[in-house]
Amino acid sequence: MSAALLEVRNLVKKYPATIAVDGVSLAVPEGVCFGLLGPNGAGKTTTIEIMEGILSPTSGEVSYRGEPLGPRFKEEAGILFQKTALQDFLTVRQSLAMFRGLYDRGLSVDEIIKLCALEKLEGRDNRKLSGGQQQRLLLAIALVNDPSLLFLDEPTTGLDPQARRNFWELIQSIKARNKTIVLTTHYMEEAELLCDEIAIMDKGRIIAQGPPRRLLREHFAEVLLELPKQEFPEAARALPLRLIEASDRVEITTDDLDGTLRTLMDARVPLTDLRIRPPNLEDLFLELTGKELRA
Amino acid sequence: MSFLNLKRLVAVFHARNLEFVRDRGTMIFTLLVPLLMVVGMSFVFGGRERPLFKVGVVGTLVEKKAHPFLSERYVDFVPMPDEADAVHKVARHSLDLLIDVRPPARYWINPGSPKGYIVEKLLLETDRNAHREQVSGDAVRYVDWLFPGVLGMNLMFSCLFGVGYVVLRYRKNGFLKRLHATPLSAFEFLSAQVLSRLVLTIVVTTILYFGIAAVIDFHTAGSLALLAGLMVLGALSMIALGLTIAARFSSEELVGGLLNLLTWPMMLLSGIWFSLEGSPPWVRWIAQIFPLTHLLDAARAVMLDGAGLPAIAHQLVYLAITAIAFLAFGAWSFRWRME
Repeated sequence: MSAALLEVRNLVKKYPATIAVDGVSLAVPEGVCFGLLGPNGAGKTTTIEIMEGILSPTSGEVSYRGEPLGPRFKEEAGILFQKTALQDFLTVRQSLAMFRGLYDRGLSVDEIIKLCALEKLEGRDNRKLSGGQQQRLLLAIALVNDPSLLFLDEPTTGLDPQARRNFWELIQSIKARNKTIVLTTHYMEEAELLCDEIAIMDKGRIIAQGPPRRLLREHFAEVLLELPKQEFPEAARALPLRLIEASDRVEITTDDLDGTLRTLMDARVPLTDLRIRPPNLEDLFLELTGKELRA
Repeated sequence: MSFLNLKRLVAVFHARNLEFVRDRGTMIFTLLVPLLMVVGMSFVFGGRERPLFKVGVVGTLVEKKAHPFLSERYVDFVPMPDEADAVHKVARHSLDLLIDVRPPARYWINPGSPKGYIVEKLLLETDRNAHREQVSGDAVRYVDWLFPGVLGMNLMFSCLFGVGYVVLRYRKNGFLKRLHATPLSAFEFLSAQVLSRLVLTIVVTTILYFGIAAVIDFHTAGSLALLAGLMVLGALSMIALGLTIAARFSSEELVGGLLNLLTWPMMLLSGIWFSLEGSPPWVRWIAQIFPLTHLLDAARAVMLDGAGLPAIAHQLVYLAITAIAFLAFGAWSFRWRME
């Protein structure tokens, strides 16, 4: 593996009542889109804010290009926070120009506007943008310095499906410019679509890490059978099957599809609504933590 | 990251100016309130006479036994350690008469003052041999005297609340946190805020000055350039004072309370509405802490009495020192994000 662009070692962040991050170590190689996954409260935002240099850890180290975070990091990193307000009464173009003025290097305001498809909005007041438009402007601001490293903290939370899809396309076009991206999300499909490598967090710790496909292969050599919970008879729970119960359905993991189906039919389990599918990251999370991601 | 990068400072300065100029409501309000205040004041206070006769007595204390005149009723006798200053007050009608009771008794009177005319009659009743000295000069109308006070008060509110709440709002809505993720330094950010507010305050104060001066027919006795320099230093000192409070806290209630805690004593004790002459020494001593007191003393000296640079140098120095001290403290204690 090539030298990591960004590396964190033994990160711990304690608050008076809780330990938000509990011994996290990560290495983000150059040119990779790295996903930090986990449910709300897993410590993703705390971790990424320490990586961004915004929050100082209780203990542990962060290094960028082998050095502690410093002026060079600030000049070369682009950041999209979960929630950012901009100045009132300024237009999209004026906001971009202000942030562009804070960096020595970067793209021109016109280039950014084109890159983020803001042409039709450039004269509009910041406050009159929709959620998706605002997020596009904030991404554009994160890109004004043509960053080597881009942080995206839950970039599509709160967007409607169409806006989310547009945003994904935008991030993919930025990925194509060979940027290194660190992304947090609790949408598994987002991670599957965008990330080359992921780390799954729960309760302040990393519980699994690797490329999504490899993680799935490691944990599931099998297929998943899904049945609605209310159609699953109580007696069938005693069958020799690997069962996971989700809120509305029962999931059975198996590498012997024929045998499992026969067992279910013998037990007179109704199979009208049976679905068979390959496992996804959502299942991986369930498998690892025994709970649902968006619970 | 350099400590002070002008390009970054200018970017933030420019954006802050735009934000303010676009905010029409705030802008109109900023101009209208003090204007209305002065017009109102000139109606309410313009013609009113003070209820007492005010007589200055040369010396540090007034002893009734020293002269029979000092036992007159309904006359306020005020000790005047500085004779030259007291004579000037007679010229300006802020004393109706000045007396030096050390024999041979002498007194100063302004023939243009109606109250002086009556008080002189009272004096001559008790002492026919008192020696008369004549002083001339136009009365300072109350509205003239009030004018520097209103300019100063408007400047104080504009400076303290203008930067205080803006920085607080930036911190609360996360804009500061976003700026912290850029190479911008706290000193650059604060300097941009100070400069933006300074330019705005000076523009507003200039408009107010010429607007009100035209309405009440006022002419500054001293140098307008000196007055402008004084206003710049005064504004800097008070903007920086506002920043010391906005630098750290995240609660509107707390910041609002602290700003009120600063403004109200200044409103009452800095001499916006009435002169502190004759008030207890401890009040005058406390008043000397406030930048506004120094600003108003110097502004009245320039506007009403035509004072030059040497006469107000110590006030200018006080304002400059406090501006630097407050700004340094603000940059030192600055927080980018909520606690």
